[in-house]
Amino acid sequence: MPGFLSPLIEPGFFSNLPVQTALVVGGVVAVVSGIVGTFTVMRGQSFAGHSLADIGTAGGSAAFVLGISPLFGFVAMNLMAAGVMEWIGIRRPRGRDLATGIVLGAALGLAALFLYLDTTASSTTGATVNVLFGSIFTLPASMVPFIAIFSVVAAAIVLVMYRPLVLTSISADLAIAQGIRVRLVGIGYLVALALAVSLSAVTIGAILSTALLIGPAATALRITNRTGRAAAIAAGIGVVATWLGVLLAYDSYYWFPNGGGWPVSFFVVTLIFLVYLLSQLRFRGRSAAQRRSTAAQAR
Amino acid sequence: MFSALMLNAWGSASIVAIVAGVVGFFIVLRGSAFAAHALPNGAFAGAAGASLIGVDAIVGLAVFSVLGALTIAGLGRRARHDVATALVIVVMLGLGSLFLSMTTEYAPEIYSLLFGEVLGVSSSELVPIAVIGVVCIAAVFLVYRPLLFSSVMPEVAEARGVGRGRMEVVFLLVVALTTTMAVPVVGALLIFSLLISPAAAARSFTDRPFTAMGLSVVIALGTVWSAIALAYLSNLPIGFFVGSIGAGTYAVGRGWAGWRNRRSRPRMGATGRSPATAQSS
Repeated sequence: MPGFLSPLIEPGFFSNLPVQTALVVGGVVAVVSGIVGTFTVMRGQSFAGHSLADIGTAGGSAAFVLGISPLFGFVAMNLMAAGVMEWIGIRRPRGRDLATGIVLGAALGLAALFLYLDTTASSTTGATVNVLFGSIFTLPASMVPFIAIFSVVAAAIVLVMYRPLVLTSISADLAIAQGIRVRLVGIGYLVALALAVSLSAVTIGAILSTALLIGPAATALRITNRTGRAAAIAAGIGVVATWLGVLLAYDSYYWFPNGGGWPVSFFVVTLIFLVYLLSQLRFRGRSAAQRRSTAAQAR
Repeated sequence: MFSALMLNAWGSASIVAIVAGVVGFFIVLRGSAFAAHALPNGAFAGAAGASLIGVDAIVGLAVFSVLGALTIAGLGRRARHDVATALVIVVMLGLGSLFLSMTTEYAPEIYSLLFGEVLGVSSSELVPIAVIGVVCIAAVFLVYRPLLFSSVMPEVAEARGVGRGRMEVVFLLVVALTTTMAVPVVGALLIFSLLISPAAAARSFTDRPFTAMGLSVVIALGTVWSAIALAYLSNLPIGFFVGSIGAGTYAVGRGWAGWRNRRSRPRMGATGRSPATAQSS
């Protein structure tokens, strides 16, 4: 490492194994979240995207009780939840909010039960915090292959149905007129979303999961109107924010108050939010009519 | 079950249920379930911050939920509402994780803020809960007509001088107050269930706004009371019962509505053509 960087990068950053795992996994998760998240923002399903991270908590804590890996608990729970949301009526804009809310409410009740069983069964009090907030630095390296497989599947689903997905996300009426099976595409997309969110929530926590899914994509869609380009920009912003966040968290080890360091999620979220605010300022000059049309779409 | 110790639990939970029933009716009507989830969840970070600097948790809850409400309303003006809400919740939770990393709070205390501590409400806490509860309900009834108008027909209401943005700010502030009051009692995660499920169930039984609001309060009270009783008898967490009873009542409401207009509702479905035709065009 060149000497002039040493004030910025604490020594031992690149040779530290947890840091290497965090950089690799964080990068993969950020790319998948950026791609999937672009469609989440376009389709107005941010609530579902965020809820799945919380809903997965119920699966994750159940997995703790059963003694299996939380990743599988998250995936199983989220796929079920996505199915119920679709069944209640996530495809109608008016019912979407409620469908997500009902499933989230029920899952949080289950999470309360399982987390209670966790904390009473094992006196290790960390389970609650671990499941809810996750930690990129405590990730076992043995999980990396599973994470890679799930991320490839999630990204592949989006890429395979790319064209119909873009069309249904822009205008469902247009897609129906083109003969696209809108509901099928919607279900396929929810599966991809459930996989991507489980993956990110279990590795980097529910907070970062939502931050990486929505923040970079919303920023990218401010910068460009073209879906493919937006997905690429979102993935890029996500990766840079995650890596910078990991670096800052590593550097913060000796900051106030002494010892322990500041959490990665705080840094990544702050970076993503700042970039989003910057993009708002930069594109403030866009015509009022255009803004009104995005506002109308949002409803 | 009705000993002196439990009276505070019954009292505070009933106040929360009444407010949640009233406010929840508008949340379901306006489709702002995401904000109803984001504000309590993010306000939790405020409670963590309050314990860090040594002030009462309710102050932290109030500051964070009000700031969150104003930020959602502000950002939501120029971007999609759900995106603004998602960004606000992650920023607040990011701050929360920072505060938590600096405190030495035990995990059970975090758990009780998230999932509530209805059995641990003291008599001195009952007063602020009741006062804020009354303020919330008074605020809703003060703006009842314009709020209802703006929720049902936003464009028409705007043309008649009921500003959509202004109503949104007022409403989110009411949700923020509800949050401040309810989080210490039922917890950040479960106030959400109480805000959504009873109101959603009530709406499937009636279309008349005032009746639906009353029904929503009744269902919320029933949910909370049976949840406390079941939790007391079974020794399982109260949140589990609130969540599952809430989902249960909604399912009953949906079943009723489905059975009532099975014949009149048009079927939604796909058109016959395959996606391949769309791809080639």
